[in-house]
Amino acid sequence: MDIHEYQAKALLSTFGVPIPRGGLAYSPEQAAYRAREIGGDSWVVKAQIHSGARGKAGGIRFCQDENEVWDAADALLGKRLVTQQTEPGGKVVYRLYVEAVTKVAREFYLGFVLDRQTERVMVVASKAGGMEIEEISRERPETIVRVSVEPAVGMQAFEAREIAFALGLEAGLVAQAVETILGCYRAFRDLDATMVEINPLAVTAEAGLIALDAKMAFDDNALFRRPEVSELRDKSQEDHRETRAMDRGLSYVGLDGSIGCIINGAGLAMATMDMIKHAGGEPANFLDIGGGATPERVIKAFNLVLSDAQVQAILVNIFAGINRCDWVAQGIVQALDKVDMVVPLVVRLAGTNVDEGRRILEDSGRPIIAATTLAEAAEQAVAAWRGAQAGGNVMGMAS
Amino acid sequence: MSILLDQTTPVIVQGITGKIASFHIEEMAAYGTKVVGGVTPGKGGTVHLSQPVFNSVKDAVRDTGAKASLLFVPPPFAADAIMEAADAGIEVCVSITDGIPARDMIQVKRYMRRYKKEQRMRLIGPNCAGVITPGEAMMGIMPGHIYMPGRIGIVGRSGTLGYEAASQMKALGIGVSTSVGIGGDPINGSSFKDVLELFEADSETDAVVMIGEIGGPQESEAATFIRDHMTKPVIAYVAGLTAPKGRRMGHAGAIISAFGESAGEKVSILQEAGVIVAPTPSDIGATVASVFAKAA
Repeated sequence: MDIHEYQAKALLSTFGVPIPRGGLAYSPEQAAYRAREIGGDSWVVKAQIHSGARGKAGGIRFCQDENEVWDAADALLGKRLVTQQTEPGGKVVYRLYVEAVTKVAREFYLGFVLDRQTERVMVVASKAGGMEIEEISRERPETIVRVSVEPAVGMQAFEAREIAFALGLEAGLVAQAVETILGCYRAFRDLDATMVEINPLAVTAEAGLIALDAKMAFDDNALFRRPEVSELRDKSQEDHRETRAMDRGLSYVGLDGSIGCIINGAGLAMATMDMIKHAGGEPANFLDIGGGATPERVIKAFNLVLSDAQVQAILVNIFAGINRCDWVAQGIVQALDKVDMVVPLVVRLAGTNVDEGRRILEDSGRPIIAATTLAEAAEQAVAAWRGAQAGGNVMGMAS
Repeated sequence: MSILLDQTTPVIVQGITGKIASFHIEEMAAYGTKVVGGVTPGKGGTVHLSQPVFNSVKDAVRDTGAKASLLFVPPPFAADAIMEAADAGIEVCVSITDGIPARDMIQVKRYMRRYKKEQRMRLIGPNCAGVITPGEAMMGIMPGHIYMPGRIGIVGRSGTLGYEAASQMKALGIGVSTSVGIGGDPINGSSFKDVLELFEADSETDAVVMIGEIGGPQESEAATFIRDHMTKPVIAYVAGLTAPKGRRMGHAGAIISAFGESAGEKVSILQEAGVIVAPTPSDIGATVASVFAKAA
């Protein structure tokens, strides 16, 4: 789960990470009021969306007076921001964060990730702050410092000091850096984060450290024990189809193609999408309905896939293991009674009682295109999609 | 035996009194698995599905001589149950549980390092379908009948895609020595390399089918091991060629977040190591068959 910058900053500051004075705004009036409250003579108005690279997309505005703050807020609120990291459709700005502008002397990168190689928390830091970490590792790899944290004892002060000195910080700043680095580590560990990133971590003109931007992501599997984190979820930043699927216990990822997919199991779902691509089509989605494939789940899955206007054909691929193909087939027939199927449907069943399952589909009299192998299923789905594009009635091809 | 499990392995089930566990115990026993008991703290001394229930894994090991444990414990308590199994002297633990927090898995892996390598429990999973030695025994949730006994090992992350591969092979008359699901989580007990090592040393396995997917470094690590240490042929497939970067595809670990983690990159790394990669998921069985046709 991702959260907003202002939420990450609020969390991190409770762990001793220094952040600029700032406040949240939902309207231009509120933004101007926040600027007054913060004081000073320059502010930055930052669009709160779940994405980095907001600056290049025009989501970060520097302002010299309250009218400029008002105008910046007015321009950003409700706007759809498209960054290098969002989907082409971008994300809508509903919240703004107004901060005092910090005069910056130097910028660093500080990140914490779950490293799958070492199976530990890895701290990554660099003098080359302000750039994305991918860019730093491409262009200035020599500046990157890494520390792998021993999980039994957690991060130690000497490890944080090593990072501080490697960044070239003066002796006077080291104590604050150690506090900041250890604070981030504790936040990562205690909140079940999967990523904490401060980029940039700045040294100000007044010679203090401050987190100018902050990003955090959390382990979905641990949200059950982190109510303080789960309540920060902002559904407006998620793909609404994915949110609907998640709320119904299905795993869905929307894509750009035209062939809707309903599959049991994540690996088989990815493999089926690969097969569609191989056959010359493009999948409209990833959808894993889980091992069970009960009628209720199949109905939910049909409704979800059909809610995508791009879908011009649907491919159902179920490998029935413990579950039997005849039950799955009955589920599909029942589902077809309850949904308004407007596109051609290809069904491939495999596994236990497959012959009986296929017979149930055939006897149902429904316009179902039956396939035996994975390859055949993908080819028929692509053919059905091409037929639908050409306006032909491929639904009559049912076996 | 093949690897990890055969019909003589005494197996206990942790979380035995749960609904899902109860269903699968009967399937496993019917398949020939030697189930000797189970653990549910607080229900020790009772009998469930004609199996003795114990309060702790230690009690179960002492009274039944269990060597392996199958875990159906809910996610909040699963890491604790895995460490309990390791402490009680269980040799192989298969965790079916999906949804264990990554931080708990970091702790589990760290905890297990207190044992010398030769005494350390082998953890399979979590978030996997389990282990099956066809015709002998199974620990997991897979449909036993789709596997034909034979001499090809299977190791993969995904359950249903593993079934797909096994049934393609069966249709071509190719059998399986042992099939191991290592699970879809970012931090898991055994990696591809760990299982390949076992297959390489197993006299009843002639070749291995490895089914990978996007995300994480384990396929690349396996490629290095295959290049340097494997004498048996390895046939692979990597799912997720169409998966976009940065999106999680169902499994907690199936996300491309770094260089080398996409399906395309993994395929090239494996090919460079001498692995024969099936061009599509529909060709896994046929690719295995062609490798043996050439060898014959």
